[in-house]
Amino acid sequence: MHWEVVWNNMDYFLLGRYPAGPLGGLALSILLALGGIFLAFWIGIIFGLLRLSKRWYLRIPSIIYIEIIRGTPLLLLIFWFYFLAPVIFHRPMPEARTTLMAFAVFTGAYVAEIVRAGILSIPKGQMEAARSSGLNHRQAMTYIVLPQALRNMIPSFVNQFVSLTKDTSLAYIIGVQELTRAATQVNNRSLTAPAEIFFAIAVIYFIICFSLTQTSRWLEKRLSYRTAGKIHQKAIELLDDSLE
Amino acid sequence: MIRVEGIHKWFDDFHVLQGITEHITPGEVVVVCGPSGSGKSTFIRCINRLEDVQEGKIFVEGKDVYSSDVDINQLRADVGMVFQQFNLYPHITVLKNVSLAPIKVKKMSKIEAEEIALALLDKVGIYDQAHKYPAELSGGQQQRVAIARGLAMQPKIMLFDEPTSALDPEMINEVLKSMIDLAKDGMTMIVVTHEMGFAREVAKRIFFMDYGKILEKGTPEHFFKNPQHERTKLFLREIL
Repeated sequence: MHWEVVWNNMDYFLLGRYPAGPLGGLALSILLALGGIFLAFWIGIIFGLLRLSKRWYLRIPSIIYIEIIRGTPLLLLIFWFYFLAPVIFHRPMPEARTTLMAFAVFTGAYVAEIVRAGILSIPKGQMEAARSSGLNHRQAMTYIVLPQALRNMIPSFVNQFVSLTKDTSLAYIIGVQELTRAATQVNNRSLTAPAEIFFAIAVIYFIICFSLTQTSRWLEKRLSYRTAGKIHQKAIELLDDSLE
Repeated sequence: MIRVEGIHKWFDDFHVLQGITEHITPGEVVVVCGPSGSGKSTFIRCINRLEDVQEGKIFVEGKDVYSSDVDINQLRADVGMVFQQFNLYPHITVLKNVSLAPIKVKKMSKIEAEEIALALLDKVGIYDQAHKYPAELSGGQQQRVAIARGLAMQPKIMLFDEPTSALDPEMINEVLKSMIDLAKDGMTMIVVTHEMGFAREVAKRIFFMDYGKILEKGTPEHFFKNPQHERTKLFLREIL
């Protein structure tokens, strides 16, 4: 085994040629994932709300967007943006920016569905109580329904983030210097340790994604503590008392 | 104060309200009772336009509830509502539940709104629970918060949709007490309930509804001692 190939190139896996050259490797993967999920969050909120609109001219375009994206492989979308963006903007686009746009548009459609499900999971009475106190629809959404829906969305949202983090490896195909491409380059140069290299980057992806899901679990527990946890706690205490 | 003129409503082909015409005067407390499915909840939900009607009109303080140019949010601010399932906002504290609408709708300052909210919470006897979350309160306390929330906009009318039906029996009285206090303060109230003790004590009139119509109405005196309609007699025999 040639693990030294992995250790000797760890800088390159984690940061690419940075600080001497452009940022790459894991750092770029994470940046793409973070940027992608951030943009997708807002796209998702907007299209999730539009999809629930009573007005057909808002609802139908949103349904078309969501369904087309959900029925298309991400890889194809990256190709589209790669070949179309220079045509549309009349100038070449950096590959990293192109993929970032593809990630945002792709993940946005899934987040829109998560937002929709999150909003529908809130009992109708919440909206009714808010509206009957004089709040308009937008205020009721902003202050009452969305905050609760967003909390319910956390697990699905983190799932989507984990998914996107892994999917950043697809940017490899148009030459973005992220983690998978860095690994391929090192492998092509050394030719002696493909198993070690690809095992090592699998471990890196795993560590990132696993810590994300664990964080999400912790966050869920923390956020539900005051609304439900104390009640359970109290119930257990009462039960204990009565058994004594 | 509230004028209801010949309203009809259908849920698909179910004719839930079949021509109701009524006039409710300021300070009047009206109890609406009747079997389930009789349309009583739908009736009061029409008054603040949580439901649409297909025929007829409702005027609140002279304003046509169903006209397209009425400011429905303004109108709803004048009509407080309390629901069977409380519908408190679980993600914010009791104090914020009560002060949210005054801050967002009336653009009241946070300090002023919270002062009013605390005074109302004190009035319904849960001042010391202000900083808790709804899930940490008992059902009776939650419903009293809901009453305080309804009052926070300083409405002219309060609607109660079976406010005690989801409560454990020992919690009903604390909620009714708050409602009786409110009635004695001169609030105009429409209350859908089967609490006949409450009706007897504070109602000025009782409406008995079935099949989407008000079959019988009158003072508690008339209603309990001398009901005219066979359906009312049957209903009273069953619940008293």
